[in-house]
Amino acid sequence: MDYVYEIGNLNLRYYQIQALRQVSLNIGKNQVTALIGPSGCGKTSLLRTLNRLSDFIPGIHIEGLIKLNGEDIFADKTDVIDIRRRVGMVFQKPNPFPMSIFDNVAYGPRCHGIKNKKMLNDIVVESLRRAALYDEVKDRLNRSALELSGGQQQRLCIARALAMKPEVLLMDEPTSALDPIATAKIEELIKELKKDYTIVIVTHSMQQAARISDITAFFLMGELIEVGPTKEFFATPSDPRTENYITGRFG
Amino acid sequence: MYSKRSRQRIIVNNMVSVIMFVLSMSSIVILAVIIGSIFSQGLSRVTWDFLTGFPSRKPDESGILPALVGSLIVVGGALLMALPIGLATAFYLQEFAHKRVFVETIQTLIYNLAGVPSIVYGIFGSAFFVATLKVIFENLHMTITTGRVLLAGILTMSILILPIIVVTTQEAIKTVPRNLKEASYALGASRVQTTGKITARFAFPNILTGLILSIARILGETAPLLLVGAAGFITFLPTNLFGSFTVLPVQIYSWIMRPQEAFQTTAAAGIIVLLLTQLLLSGIAIILRAVLQKRRY
Repeated sequence: MDYVYEIGNLNLRYYQIQALRQVSLNIGKNQVTALIGPSGCGKTSLLRTLNRLSDFIPGIHIEGLIKLNGEDIFADKTDVIDIRRRVGMVFQKPNPFPMSIFDNVAYGPRCHGIKNKKMLNDIVVESLRRAALYDEVKDRLNRSALELSGGQQQRLCIARALAMKPEVLLMDEPTSALDPIATAKIEELIKELKKDYTIVIVTHSMQQAARISDITAFFLMGELIEVGPTKEFFATPSDPRTENYITGRFG
Repeated sequence: MYSKRSRQRIIVNNMVSVIMFVLSMSSIVILAVIIGSIFSQGLSRVTWDFLTGFPSRKPDESGILPALVGSLIVVGGALLMALPIGLATAFYLQEFAHKRVFVETIQTLIYNLAGVPSIVYGIFGSAFFVATLKVIFENLHMTITTGRVLLAGILTMSILILPIIVVTTQEAIKTVPRNLKEASYALGASRVQTTGKITARFAFPNILTGLILSIARILGETAPLLLVGAAGFITFLPTNLFGSFTVLPVQIYSWIMRPQEAFQTTAAAGIIVLLLTQLLLSGIAIILRAVLQKRRY
C-alpha cells in the first residue's frame, strides 16, 4: 500500500486548547478517506494542517510529523508554497473568486508562472472536464463565476484545485452548503475522481461517508478513536464510542 | 380587521418614519440654503475672466487662477507623497506584519493622528518643514529667503491626510472576504501574489473612497496652509515648488476679510469655484470606483 500522507503523533493546540492529541493516521493512495466526528472534534483542524493553511491561525502550535509522499511538511527546508501547490483544497462554502470562470481555473497556474495562452486554455478545459462542469459552462467561460449556481460554483472550485494537478485533494464538508441534487453530483464526481486522485474529505454526514469513502476515520475531542475500511467501520465498529456515534446516540 | 396592538404598532411605525424624514430633510435644507445663497450672490461673477484672472485691488477685476492652480498642485503633490506611504503602511499592518504588540502600537498612534486638529499639523509644518526648508535653502546658497513655499504646503498636507489614507485603506482591506484569501493560499499563491491579485484588487474600489475623503480634506483645509505660508495676494502662477503660493480657501478668506462690499461677491464666486473643483475631483474618483466595481463582476 502506498501512502500519500503519513501522520505521526500529531498534537495541535490553539493557545491552551488542545485540538488534536497524538493523532497517527496514514492516507492511502487513490482512496477516499472520510474524517467524521462531532463539531469541534478536530477534523477540520487536521485537514487544514495537511496543506499548512493552519499557519495563518494565530496562537497555533503543532508537534508531530506529517509526511506528504515522503517529504516532511514541517521541515525547515520545506517550501510551504510548494506543499500547497501539490495539495488541492475545496472549502465548505463555495468560494470562487469574483472573476470569470476561465480566470478562476487559471488562477493557480498563472500564479506559478504559466503565461502561454494555449497551455492555460488546455489546463482550464481539462480541469473543467474533470470536474464535470465543462459542458455546462463551455460557451460562457468569460462570464462571472458568481453567475453559477451553488453546486456549479463548488465544482468550479474543484476544477480550480485540479488545475494545479495536485497529488491529493482535501475537501472540507464540500456539500454542506448545497441542496441534495447538487450534493449527489459532487458525490458522483468524487467517486469518479478517486481513480486518479487521493481524496481526504471531512463530512458531517455519516451517510455521505458511507456512500463515497473507502476508509473512515472517527475523531472525538481531538483524538482519533477508530479508523478502518468504511464497510467494516459502519458494520462492526470496534470501539463503543464509535458505535454510539454512528448509531446516533450522541453528536 | 387589525387588532388593537397591531394598530398601535402601525401608528408608532408611521410616527417614527415621519420624524426621521423631517430630520433628514433638515440637513438637506440647511445645505440647500447655504448653496443657494452663495450661488445667487456669486454665480454671475464666475466667468472665464474670473477663472483665468489674477487677484487685483479692484474687486471686479480679481481672478482666482493662482489659487485654483495652487490648490490643484497641493492636492496632486500631497497625494503623490502620501499615497505610496499610506498604502504601504496599511498593507503592511494588515497583511504582512506579525508582531501583535508592534502592530497595535502603530495602530493606536495612527488613530490618534487621524483625530489631531489640523491646526496642529499647521504648527508642525511651520516649525519643521518651513524651518528645515529655510536651512536647506540657505546652505545651498539659493536666493530664496523663506521656507514658506509651495513645497512646505504640500508636505504639511501630505502628513495631514496620511492617517486618513492608512485607516480607510485598512478598512478596505478588511472587507475582502477571508475565504477568498484562503482559496488563493490553498492554490499555492504566495503572500505577495495573494495581496496583489486578490486583496488589493478587491479592496481597490473602497480604497478610492479614502482617496475621495482625502481630496475633500486637502481642498478644504485653510488653517494649516495659512501657517506654512499660503498668502492671500499672489499675482503669479507657481513655476516651481520653491515659490510663494496660495490656495482656494485662503484666497476666499482673504477676500472675505476685505472691507469693500464688492469683495463679498468675489468671495462667493471663489466658494463656487471651490465647490465645483471638489465636485469635479470627487466625481472622477467616484466614476472610477463605479467602473472598477462593475469590472469585478
